[in-house]
Amino acid sequence: MNLSLLILLPLVTAVVVLFCKGLKQVRAVALIGSLIQLAAACWLLVLYWNERGAGNASPMLFELNYTWFKPLQINYHIGVDGISIAMILLTASVVVAGILVSWTMEKLSKEFFFLLLLLSMGAYGFFISLDLFTLFFFLEIAVIPKFLLIGIWGSGKKEYSAMKLALMLMAGSALVFVGLMGVYYNTHSFDIMQISQMKIPVEVQNFFFPFAFVGFGIFAALFPFHTWVPDGHASAPTAASMFLAGISMKLGGYGCLRVATFLMPDAAHHYAWVIILLATIAIIYGAFATMMQTDLKYINAYSSVSHCGFVILGIGMLTETSINGAVLQMVSHGLMTALFFAAIGMIYSRTHTRMVAQLGGLLKVMPFISTIFVIAGLCSLGLPGFSGFVAEMTVFMGSWQNPDAWYRLATILACASIVVTAVYILRAAGKTVMGPMNETYAALTDATWNEKLAAVILMIGIVAIGIAPFLINRLINPSAANIMKQVGSVVIAK
Amino acid sequence: MVTDFLILLKQELVVTVLIFLLFIIKLGKDRTNETILNLVNVLLLLNFAAGFFGCKEGMLFNEMFRTNPLVALEKNILNLAVWIISMQSYAWLRTHKHVIEFYVLLLSTLLGMFFMISSNNLLMFYLGLELSTIPLAAAVNFDLAKRQSSEAAFKMIISSAFSSALLLFGISLVYGVTGAIGYTELSAHLLARDPLHIFAFILLISGFLFKISAVPFHLWTADVYEGAPVAVTAYLSVVSKAAVLFVFVSVLYTVFKPLQSAWYNLLFILSLLTIIIGNLFALRQNNLKRFLAFSSIAQVGFIMVGISAGSQQGMASVVYFILIYVFSNLAAFGVISLISAVTGKENISDYKALYTTNPLLTWILTIALFSLAGVPPTAGFFGKFFLLIAGAAKGNYWLIGIAALNMVVSFYYYLRLVKAMFMDTNEDPIAAVTIPAWSKLALYICVTGIVVTGLLSCIYDHIFSFSFGL
Repeated sequence: MNLSLLILLPLVTAVVVLFCKGLKQVRAVALIGSLIQLAAACWLLVLYWNERGAGNASPMLFELNYTWFKPLQINYHIGVDGISIAMILLTASVVVAGILVSWTMEKLSKEFFFLLLLLSMGAYGFFISLDLFTLFFFLEIAVIPKFLLIGIWGSGKKEYSAMKLALMLMAGSALVFVGLMGVYYNTHSFDIMQISQMKIPVEVQNFFFPFAFVGFGIFAALFPFHTWVPDGHASAPTAASMFLAGISMKLGGYGCLRVATFLMPDAAHHYAWVIILLATIAIIYGAFATMMQTDLKYINAYSSVSHCGFVILGIGMLTETSINGAVLQMVSHGLMTALFFAAIGMIYSRTHTRMVAQLGGLLKVMPFISTIFVIAGLCSLGLPGFSGFVAEMTVFMGSWQNPDAWYRLATILACASIVVTAVYILRAAGKTVMGPMNETYAALTDATWNEKLAAVILMIGIVAIGIAPFLINRLINPSAANIMKQVGSVVIAK
Repeated sequence: MVTDFLILLKQELVVTVLIFLLFIIKLGKDRTNETILNLVNVLLLLNFAAGFFGCKEGMLFNEMFRTNPLVALEKNILNLAVWIISMQSYAWLRTHKHVIEFYVLLLSTLLGMFFMISSNNLLMFYLGLELSTIPLAAAVNFDLAKRQSSEAAFKMIISSAFSSALLLFGISLVYGVTGAIGYTELSAHLLARDPLHIFAFILLISGFLFKISAVPFHLWTADVYEGAPVAVTAYLSVVSKAAVLFVFVSVLYTVFKPLQSAWYNLLFILSLLTIIIGNLFALRQNNLKRFLAFSSIAQVGFIMVGISAGSQQGMASVVYFILIYVFSNLAAFGVISLISAVTGKENISDYKALYTTNPLLTWILTIALFSLAGVPPTAGFFGKFFLLIAGAAKGNYWLIGIAALNMVVSFYYYLRLVKAMFMDTNEDPIAAVTIPAWSKLALYICVTGIVVTGLLSCIYDHIFSFSFGL
């Protein structure tokens, strides 16, 4: 399969959307386009299995490599491994769900769907890039649509949040840029696979690794650069929240792994303690901050900070299992938060409030929405049978393999945060869904077909990973092992 | 011999012929402004198209004038910019009383810039510079009824005279210490260790910095830009800056090659100062012309980072960025000039909720701003990326890092305008503007340029093949 298709499909759909008239045409085109994307992503998965089954063991498959800017050694180089395919599948599902959830977006519908599709193009391009320039190019493409999506269609203090998000993410990419430049001038290449074969001097790595890692970390809500997350999520329209948490925070995690850690392995070992410290703070701080929130979107946003901490923790621990867990957590968290935000959006569009205190007894009037809300919550607190459990468990297992006593302490603390998670999730779910019903909500309707479809698509992923984790593990594990072969695992405790 | 003369000097000759043609039209019977403007726009297109043919390398006038494919390309970038500006000023000039005079002034400055770019001798350079400055000051005064316009012209002529004086002093000192005035002999005679040589060089470089409005010689920019008619502001900020930058980079890379250690540090510090000060002042502007004045100061800072690289890559990125800058800045000025000509509104606060009434213009302005800010997939991203990459070749990562973080600051003020247009509410938004066909064409050309120049690598490769390093 020609991987450029993954960039072209959203691009073509977005351009066609511009020539449509009226909401009905626009949403139909957007949905068809995104379904084709999802089909392409699944087809890619099948092809990938076949190729691997046939014994093709090269680290990247379906590679394409064209010269772009010859004097600067910039190539258009794309390819996928198991990790990228997992992220592509995640992106495709969230895009379909996001478009279904915005089915009745009356205000400037053409522009709205155009920007959503543009954002998805940036994400696909980012996940398949094997050249640092193209990777950076797509990373930045994914920023601007978010600014407009939040600023135009958002609610609350939307302009402030949009500006804060855009500036913080841009600062992140400026840091990434400095990191890339350091890598480039010490290898004279932008090609990820080529650079990984070269040895960058350790002191150079130690100097540039923080730039690249923190830069991507800002995207992934690394503490203390997470402050854009709550405001951004809370002000964004539902689909944009889903894209933000489901896709764009994963750009950061993926970048930390694929660029910072993979290309500068010595520095990753050198700075592991800082990464783990920040991740642990994020996990605990995020969990406690969530307890104090009264707005459903803020609850989910802060819990995202906490959950993305697991991704960073997994990367920082530098064992094969923990990396595996980090990727799993990215996929799981992406699906789960998208579902959560979708449910919150559905509730908000009916009750016009997101305040936990004002809601109650929704299960009686909207059983479907309440159910997915509870499912997303349970997945978030790590109930076995859902993807959250599998992912967090893998991260903990992998982290515990790291024999350093302090790191084990961090693992224990991170584990303990699950209790806090249980507290805020159960409290929010209990108050919103159960309890006495607010009489004003008695006449509200349950989910429409498009909302149900969106939720089902996301839930398929969550449950599939939860019940049959070996399926996705077979996809991710060899690629994680490949990365760790390059990075050099820490000595694993028996 | 005569054919050589004609071929080497062809771009200058075409512009001269155009100027005389305009005089003849002026002497003939009265024609409507529309006819004249249509004619001029077509002629300028022909002028631009003619620039692609028959580029040759060679010298003229006792080695005072030189040309080569790179020089021809640079001149043609200016031709393109002038054509676009001319189309964009259609709405403004349609009702103006002195259309022909305006074009005569504009083309005279263009001629001056051509000679300046082709100069191979300090005297020729000075001649070209003055020819390009004095008619421009008259053009700044072209909003004849506005007091502000004549004030701006006055400011410009005084500050230009000042910078010319510095330049002349520098030239005479250079002549005094080396006994040479031609570029080829000069580079052989300049010494990096002699303080007098350095002093002469600094005076000369100040003259350049003045013209490109780099810090600390940037103070005249905002006032002049604000007072001038929008078309002239666009001309000042794009064409006249681009021309001086072209000369600047080639002079530094050839004539002042022996002084590289001196100008490298100077340029690096000044470029950072220029970026930072341009950005800080741009943050709080309300008038769009002032806003773009300061943002263009910051852009020049980025270009200086590229110049400081001193490599083939550096020169290529500078020329490449200027081409992109032509498209992006002119797209922005095109929208502003149209709205200003129709409604007279030039403030950011007037642009609130522009999207509700003028979606097309808003999108074009947004794309232009994104390109200026350096957001992909617009060409501005490629331009800035290449400039900074070239500048980092010397290992000055900290300084490059500061420049990169300054892009974030610049991002804020560009987004501020985007926010005003898309997100703010306004009780009295600018009414729907009808776009004349010429302006529309100009805007579409700019947008195409913004999209295509970055993504198609052949343009960069083409420029790179002509460039040279130290």
